[in-house]
Amino acid sequence: MSEARSPILELTQITKAFGGVEALRGVDFALYPGEVHGLVGENGAGKSTLMKIIAGVHPEFSGRFMLDGRETRFRSTRDSRAAGIAMVHQELSVAPDLSVAENVFFGVQPTNRLGLVQWRRMAREAGEQLARFGIHVDPMCRLGDLPIGLQQLIEIARVLFSGARIIILDEPTSALSPPEVERLFATLRRLRDAGTAIVFISHFIEDILNISDTVTVFRNGRKVAETAAAATTKAELIEAMIGKGREALEETYTHDVALPPPSRQPVVLTANGLSLSRSLREVSFQARAGEVLGIYGFMGCGQIELARILFGKLRPDRGTLEVAGKAKAFASTADARRAGIAFVPESRRAMLFHQEPVYKNVSISILDRISSVWLKPARERAIAMRQVEQLQIRPTAVELDLGMLSGGNQQKVALAKWLTFPPRLLVLCEPTRGMDVGAKNDVIHIVRSLREQGLAIIVLSTEPETVLSLADRILVLKRGAVVREFANEAISKDRLLEAA
Amino acid sequence: MASSDSAAVHADHRKASGKIAALLRSQMRNIAPFLTLILLSAFFAVASPSFATIDNVGNILTQVSVTGIIAVGLTFVILCAEIDLSIASIANVTGIAVAYFTAQESYVNIANIPLPGWAAILLALALCAGLGLINALGLTLIGIPSFIMTLAMMQIAAGISALLVRGQIAYKVPDLIATLGSASIGGIPWIVIVAALMLLIGHLVLTYTRFGRYVYMVGGNREAAEYSGLNVKLILGSVMVIAAVCSGIGGMLGVAHFGSAQQNEFDTYLLDSIAAVVVGGTSLFGGRGGIGNTIVGLFVLGVLNNGLDHVNIDSFLKILIRGLILLAALVINVYAQRLRAKAAE
Repeated sequence: MSEARSPILELTQITKAFGGVEALRGVDFALYPGEVHGLVGENGAGKSTLMKIIAGVHPEFSGRFMLDGRETRFRSTRDSRAAGIAMVHQELSVAPDLSVAENVFFGVQPTNRLGLVQWRRMAREAGEQLARFGIHVDPMCRLGDLPIGLQQLIEIARVLFSGARIIILDEPTSALSPPEVERLFATLRRLRDAGTAIVFISHFIEDILNISDTVTVFRNGRKVAETAAAATTKAELIEAMIGKGREALEETYTHDVALPPPSRQPVVLTANGLSLSRSLREVSFQARAGEVLGIYGFMGCGQIELARILFGKLRPDRGTLEVAGKAKAFASTADARRAGIAFVPESRRAMLFHQEPVYKNVSISILDRISSVWLKPARERAIAMRQVEQLQIRPTAVELDLGMLSGGNQQKVALAKWLTFPPRLLVLCEPTRGMDVGAKNDVIHIVRSLREQGLAIIVLSTEPETVLSLADRILVLKRGAVVREFANEAISKDRLLEAA
Repeated sequence: MASSDSAAVHADHRKASGKIAALLRSQMRNIAPFLTLILLSAFFAVASPSFATIDNVGNILTQVSVTGIIAVGLTFVILCAEIDLSIASIANVTGIAVAYFTAQESYVNIANIPLPGWAAILLALALCAGLGLINALGLTLIGIPSFIMTLAMMQIAAGISALLVRGQIAYKVPDLIATLGSASIGGIPWIVIVAALMLLIGHLVLTYTRFGRYVYMVGGNREAAEYSGLNVKLILGSVMVIAAVCSGIGGMLGVAHFGSAQQNEFDTYLLDSIAAVVVGGTSLFGGRGGIGNTIVGLFVLGVLNNGLDHVNIDSFLKILIRGLILLAALVINVYAQRLRAKAAE
């Protein structure tokens, strides 16, 4: 469709390595105005790296970079912004202490002739833009006070309305509810029809096929396929992504999933009437050993707050917690850890030390059990190596800084932290968000084997697939209250979505 | 084809030199201060014949000792991405307190409380630990930013000092403190030995103990430390107390070293200690650096102060030069952080 026009962006033979690990090997990539270009590939396949090169995040690479037919080199993200390129990163990058309006107009605040910021105009226009996108919030409230999903939507909105001619979206839909995804797609189509070039990265193949004109598949730092979206199928794309014979891995959950009868094993955790200002209302439940309790709900339903109460980061206004029959009031996350609770938050940045080696990331939560006053680095490394092997973390060098690992492998490290001494209760927030099929499957296997070992596991997610693939029993959380429990019955994705 | 071959060769070259460059970038924070130290030493050695002598090296060591003792604790605080502005005031009040509890000569007009030497030392240590604990509680329980909390403590400690000496000067300190502060053994001043020991202990704690690892991790990513189940508040509180106690020890020995205890005696030590830690390359953003960096920073400052005396420079210009060197170090500190972040990407 776009063959007649010339590409706005043309990359040739792009190669990029991090500390000797090649993330991209000789990749060609062309982007045309007025197209949505979908990128798929497993974690670490090189999609995000290529996009970060385009956005000026990685100024050093080899290969040719042509913008508007002229050879260009961005030295920073500033250069790329000036050239009309905007990107929504996989990890949230907002200013939580600024207002919603300031975030929407970040760096481009409307000013009057004296150079003073026109606050009222900024608030009004931000409110209008967000409303067009289906977001209704007070533009002057502090962004950090909003739920993470809403923050992500606002960040997307900011980029979409920034007037950029090239827009890159890296996993934008993972935290969004279906109606939000629809609104996003409608906006993307409008922008595309107006001539904007859009790159869309996602692990949701349906989303890719739905919104893209062209689809490019990455594997191991190489481009393995490029095709018109209309001319391919989900099965074909998955095959290109991961090689033949693994299509069965991608569960669609259109059929019913049978939930087993309730566990008769001992209760590990009891929550009684947990309430927290506007986030949670009278939430009560029990988690049993050898059982995965799924807690499903849309963004902002109170999951994030609930998870933080369970790990002692937030204190409920009302309600109590019992761990193994004893009432507990956690004063800190250290208390919760000592009570045998492990926690993996939804954001890897909040969990891992990117500038520290892998082995220090793995050992941090168990240092008091493997050493007394003096550290035992040899033991730490041995433990880390065992975890790296068991969870198949790549690359296998435990001395490598964590920041050099791909997202999926970082997520495995976040799990590995807790597995050397299995906790009583494992609280997982969005354990498979932003992960490719293979890594997702790895995580599912890890969680199942932990359940077999007798752990109580709570999985909180906004993705129905995640809950359906993992949970033995499902609670649906809506506006801070438990509205439905599914146990010992057959359930499908539709019914789960309906309940929320 | 030929052009693509030469491009490949070119890329290989870039890869090799890129690796060295990446290593240099990631080590910038350690290399730059060390280079500064070597350059400064070389400059003064050429500029003044009296600079590079054994005697003068001894002078420099003695001159940086009090700063060194105070900087040990401050290194812990800055590694946690916090700051302590009360260190010099706490040093001052602890030095005054130890003199206050010691019998003074009859001509000293201070209404003091003479106690045995060991009691005076213990009380002075309890005082600085107590003030550090107040810093810790303000920071962790109330949530006052350390910058503001310790600014208040700076005034509080100065106020206690003023009340204790009331503008007078005390001279006597317990014998142990007098010995450690002003005597020598085998030609080596005790104060240098104490400073070296404290720096060594600080290094061992930071590098080889669990607590030291926690300090680095809390400084590197506080949120992740909390979600890893560390007691972040306890760690932050501990470093504030450590900083206050190190300052107190520095204050007591300093009083003995100077031969008197009086108001505002340690004012320059606040800037000097912060400068030593930061010039040495410990990151103001936390998580990077250590006692090794602090030692290099101490020598940079020590060589600079001492060397400027040897080259007979206008003493007013000295102050300006020190300020400029500090600025340069801060610039390097921030850039090193950025380069490191890039290398880690």
